[in-house]
Amino acid sequence: MSDTHAESVAFVRKTEIPPAPPPVTETGAIKWVRENLFSGPFNTIMTLLGLYVVYWLLSGVIPWILNGTWEGSSIRDCREIIGDTGGGCFAVLGERWNQLLFGFEYPSELYWRPTLAFILLFVTVPQVLFISLPRKLLILTGLYPFLAYWLIWGGSILIPFFALVGLVLGYAAFTRAERINFAAGLAAFVVAAVVAWWLGGFLTAAAPNFLALEAVDSRNMGGFMLNLILGIVCVSLSLPLGIVLALGRQSRMPLIKYVCVVFIEFVRGVPLITLLFVANVVLAYFLPPGTNFDLILRVIIMITLFASAYIAEVIRGGLAALPKGQYEAADSLGLDYAQAMRLIILPQALKISIPGIVNVAVGLFKDTTLVSIISMFDLVGMIRGPILSSTDWVGVYWELWAAACVLFFVVCYGISQYSQWLERQLQTDHR
Amino acid sequence: MNKSVFFGALAFTGLAAAGASAATLEDVQARGTLNCGVTTGVPGFAEPDADGVWQGFDVAVCRAVAAAVLGDPNAVEFVPTTGKTRFTSLASGEIDMLARNTTWTFSRDTDLKFDFTGVNYYDGQGFMVPADLGVSSATELDGATVCIQTGTTTELNLADYFRVNDMSYEPVPIETGAEAVQQFLAGACDVYTTDRSALAAQRAGFENPDDYTILPEVVSKEPLGPLVRHGDSEWFDIVKWTLYALIAAEEYGVTQENVEQLASEATDNPEVNRLLGTEGELGAMIGLNQTWAKDAIAAVGNYGEIFSTNIGEETAIGLARGLNAQYTDGGLIYAPPFR
Repeated sequence: MSDTHAESVAFVRKTEIPPAPPPVTETGAIKWVRENLFSGPFNTIMTLLGLYVVYWLLSGVIPWILNGTWEGSSIRDCREIIGDTGGGCFAVLGERWNQLLFGFEYPSELYWRPTLAFILLFVTVPQVLFISLPRKLLILTGLYPFLAYWLIWGGSILIPFFALVGLVLGYAAFTRAERINFAAGLAAFVVAAVVAWWLGGFLTAAAPNFLALEAVDSRNMGGFMLNLILGIVCVSLSLPLGIVLALGRQSRMPLIKYVCVVFIEFVRGVPLITLLFVANVVLAYFLPPGTNFDLILRVIIMITLFASAYIAEVIRGGLAALPKGQYEAADSLGLDYAQAMRLIILPQALKISIPGIVNVAVGLFKDTTLVSIISMFDLVGMIRGPILSSTDWVGVYWELWAAACVLFFVVCYGISQYSQWLERQLQTDHR
Repeated sequence: MNKSVFFGALAFTGLAAAGASAATLEDVQARGTLNCGVTTGVPGFAEPDADGVWQGFDVAVCRAVAAAVLGDPNAVEFVPTTGKTRFTSLASGEIDMLARNTTWTFSRDTDLKFDFTGVNYYDGQGFMVPADLGVSSATELDGATVCIQTGTTTELNLADYFRVNDMSYEPVPIETGAEAVQQFLAGACDVYTTDRSALAAQRAGFENPDDYTILPEVVSKEPLGPLVRHGDSEWFDIVKWTLYALIAAEEYGVTQENVEQLASEATDNPEVNRLLGTEGELGAMIGLNQTWAKDAIAAVGNYGEIFSTNIGEETAIGLARGLNAQYTDGGLIYAPPFR
């Protein structure tokens, strides 16, 4: 460059070149597509295959939804209306939506009652689930099971009222007698509650129509309502039972420990469907003829026992994850067993167990569809039985199962999102 | 949900039930409703309609018995049972009778301790083929692939039939009926075989039912009928003769429409008079009132009417009477004399 002079050069740039935009292929969406979708022959093939699959799915699903019909009173009407446009026969949902949601025997003029009970659920459950709400609202939650029972099953309000009174009196007696010791408290609870229920039974019999709603039998419950009833009741009952079993399994008293171990291992070793068959079929042989031990109650007991064994194992995992120092710290503060568990051990153990508990809860909710095998008409039972085998709708599969999927997905996804939110709220460690 | 209330109720009903007797008729009358076991749904035979009211060929038998015993065809508590729970429900006393297209077999009658009160539908295993296969008889099915439900008597009947006729076939075993239909429609097999009533019912749901033919051969005997528990002959008689009353009504030309008129005064036909209670004491002989058969016929119609409204040729299911015609028309439906 030494013999190069400024004069011998035609043009010398005096200013800096303004920064050019990067080449199109190296920026924005195109760059992203190149790097993520077409970065090599293998990925290119996979992308094209993926696009084809998406196209194939959408080209089936979109005309199915858009060309579908909500008119018509049987599958033959539907086929006439649709022709060969590939649309779905959604008329079955229009005609049978009430059966899908409430079962086919729940009186249609009473649909508002379970609906109201369902709406009230959203008023009464948040204070349990969301920590920020005022604690006083928990009273509403305590009243809810009795109110919901009254709304869904009907009958005199005295029945749930005295059930509640019995529990309250029992609890009051328990707190008094607990000062002596726990066993005395438990005995006082049982005595007080039974006396209250016994007296309540007389009063209810005397005034069977006091504030009575039209009664609906358990066997008339069905549809998605039945899944929700079974799911909600069994999850809420099996959680406390599971905690007790988990603590019992860690107990130092051999009797309690082995009772819990045997129970958990037995229930976990048996398929749920066999327990349901026991509830439905075998119990009928043991009960005196003519007794009608409510089938829903039998099923609730069986599913609750089943779920509580799984929840107990999940919580035991949480208990085992706590360092021994936590137990020793509780002891060194002079707390007794109940206080140590309530204030120190369980809050931590339960927090660790949340994903596992939610997993069991979601699984349990979906398992409630198994009751269709023992001829109860839950959502799946309704579809498999009465609707798919009616002369009008035999042959309509996709529309009905799609509707069932949507209903279950909404609920299960909601539970899952809530549990993730709860985990974030309770996160106290530094990660 | 409150357990304790349920348990309390359970204890009370337990005490009340301890005094119950084995007499089904008294139990039913005291209860005011008939507990009748049906299927969870078979098109035409038992299905709840859009309003949740049970309809169908088997359901009509339940309603007829309720009308005969209680005078009210709607005083029936329908208990849906599956193939797995039906026999235990009946044996345990949860239901008073089972009207659920159940095949009358030796072992069910004797070993399971039930009594079949008669046959309300003579079914038999048949074959369905696509029309463009060009087959008109089951004897031309040599070498065919056949969709069958596993673990059923149809599987055994199929093997027998092909062996007797010296033909070979390739089975395509499938778990449920609905699945089998899907496989058949998708062309996974040439032939689909099951009971002929089920074939007709399922064909009614096809997009183009006329593209499929049900072959004329019937390869097994499947007599379907209502059944009750062993040990209560009075109740057995009531269910049996209610069914026969419906059958006899068709034979004598008593219909839902003219039954009131025929029963209002004695007619020229003494058999009709005895059936409808204007002559003789037949009702008292089986412990019911004099109009029991009239009530049953007025509630659901005679056998022929039940057949044609639920599964007959005018319905979507479109079954011909065939074996289920009156014996006077060459069928097997036959009621003993009302005398």
